[in-house]
Amino acid sequence: MSSVISAGTNEGGQELQSRSDLTAKELFREVGSVLRLSESEAAKLAEVQTEAPEDQTMIINMGPQHPSTHGVLRLMLELQGETVLRCKPIIGYLHTGMEKTGEALTYMQGGTNVTRMDYLSPLNNELVFSLAVEKLLGIEGDIPERAVWMRMLLSELNRMSSHLLFLATNGMDIGAVSMMLYGWREREDVLRFFQKVTGLRMNHNFIRPGGLAADLPAGWREDVLNILENLPSRLEEYDILMTGQPIWRERLQGVGAITAREAMALGATGPILRSTGVAWDLRRDMPYLRYEDVEFDVIVGQYGDAYDRYAIRFNEIRESMKIVYQILDRMPSGDYRIQNKKVTPPPRARIDESMEALIHHFKIFTEGFKVPEGEVYVGIESPRGEIGCYIVSDGSSTPYRMHMRAPSFVNIQALPHMMRGGLVADAVAVISSVDPVLGEVDR
Amino acid sequence: MSDQVEQVEETVETLHGCPVVYSRDQKVLLVGRDQYVAVVKALANDGFEVCIDLTGVDYLSMPSRTLGAGVQPERFEVVVNLLSLTKRERIRLRVQVPADDTTLASLFDVHPGTEAHERETYDMFGITFDGHPDMTRILMPEDWDGHPLRKDYDQGAIPVQFKGSHS
Repeated sequence: MSSVISAGTNEGGQELQSRSDLTAKELFREVGSVLRLSESEAAKLAEVQTEAPEDQTMIINMGPQHPSTHGVLRLMLELQGETVLRCKPIIGYLHTGMEKTGEALTYMQGGTNVTRMDYLSPLNNELVFSLAVEKLLGIEGDIPERAVWMRMLLSELNRMSSHLLFLATNGMDIGAVSMMLYGWREREDVLRFFQKVTGLRMNHNFIRPGGLAADLPAGWREDVLNILENLPSRLEEYDILMTGQPIWRERLQGVGAITAREAMALGATGPILRSTGVAWDLRRDMPYLRYEDVEFDVIVGQYGDAYDRYAIRFNEIRESMKIVYQILDRMPSGDYRIQNKKVTPPPRARIDESMEALIHHFKIFTEGFKVPEGEVYVGIESPRGEIGCYIVSDGSSTPYRMHMRAPSFVNIQALPHMMRGGLVADAVAVISSVDPVLGEVDR
Repeated sequence: MSDQVEQVEETVETLHGCPVVYSRDQKVLLVGRDQYVAVVKALANDGFEVCIDLTGVDYLSMPSRTLGAGVQPERFEVVVNLLSLTKRERIRLRVQVPADDTTLASLFDVHPGTEAHERETYDMFGITFDGHPDMTRILMPEDWDGHPLRKDYDQGAIPVQFKGSHS
């Protein structure tokens, strides 16, 4: 064995053998795998039709393992050349039966389940679930003011983080990769605040029936102000980077347009509906929490295309910041959860001194609290549209049926209509502009 | 006693011939199976132009629940949430679907957006919708047995259905 070349690595010298030492099998694989043929020779040999007949279409699958389909969305596309004719979104790859799981968890535990649905706006999921449970309990009017405003604060910050991530993924899908880094960075600022408040970056289970899990930590106001002060200059930077940029406009304007009638017929909500010019925002039109007490604008588009949807989300970050400033000014003091013995566990200090409190604490966390028979539907505005929660109670401590109306699940129905007649390359831009979260599509 | 019941029924509020009940102050319309599509159409003309949600409930273990307004409960229920953007109002429809004939007319012609919801309801409860263009499973694999959200669907007793795994 004669060594020809020797390379030093951190695992000692690696010796490369001479070619004559190769076994016949290895040599065959190396030689046999390369097609050694010039392109002109190949063209002569091939009898491939370069011109496809006009009426011939092709069905290809895009996804579920495709980086730009935002998770595990699969699209079955019917193509004619480069043009998309029809398309069918195929979902279910992330289905984990969360609605079924919800039937086994108590109302207290339910938050941990629903928060994992739309994993980019977990606090909105918890909020709608809590609002529905509170409505069933009949305590929706008794939630302390501080809890209500805290919920609004968290919900709006969550909307900002979700839209910032949209800017990141939208940028990445179109090819503005630097935007991806910036978007994730800004979102991280908000998540760091969530971590300080709730203990977790995502999947908080912080908004619970009856109020919140804990009060805001010391120094929260400075943290929020920090986020709010850093963002405007950065948003302006992104405006320069993307909004006015010719390539950005070429890629998005007029792409994936739908009309207001189509959007309404398909049940699309949120930025998709607003991009068609329908000023519909549940925060303003059917106010929950204290949204009627804060000033903000509903951003609407005009053309219903991907560019409008981008611009709407971009400006909604600014509107959310406006709301958060007002919340900071008006955050009342008081209790962060309802003092209702049925729903709220006794404070930690009481457990040491009272046997009843201990028993009560134990029962709330093991059995849960009972909710009177009935059924309710509550809908709120999540970053992606109307997220609704339909709960049927049979009087026990677990929901008889818990259904989430997931905005992404409905919104992806608009994909075929947006893509029809467009190019395959635009399909990526269209998916991105709908901003689906597959965790909530499949539940 | 029967006189009293009749009196109560007379005072029940109706909308398009269907009794209206209130659940936690939310307006609920109890719709019969045969009038279902007609009522949704009439409501769409009244301004309830968006169908926000459609889902099912399996009331297997709550057979004696009361719906109010003398409506006879059945095992399955299809729940439809309609929204009016102009009136800023919601209305909920509850349609009773008996266990021995789990079919219902599709809303596809009135609200095309119910397409995915109806497929999901079929997938999870086995309620089929007549007139739906593509009545297939949506979330579960195509060859799946049973309908998971039914109350008599065994939890944890199914064999692992993926190739090459030890069950």
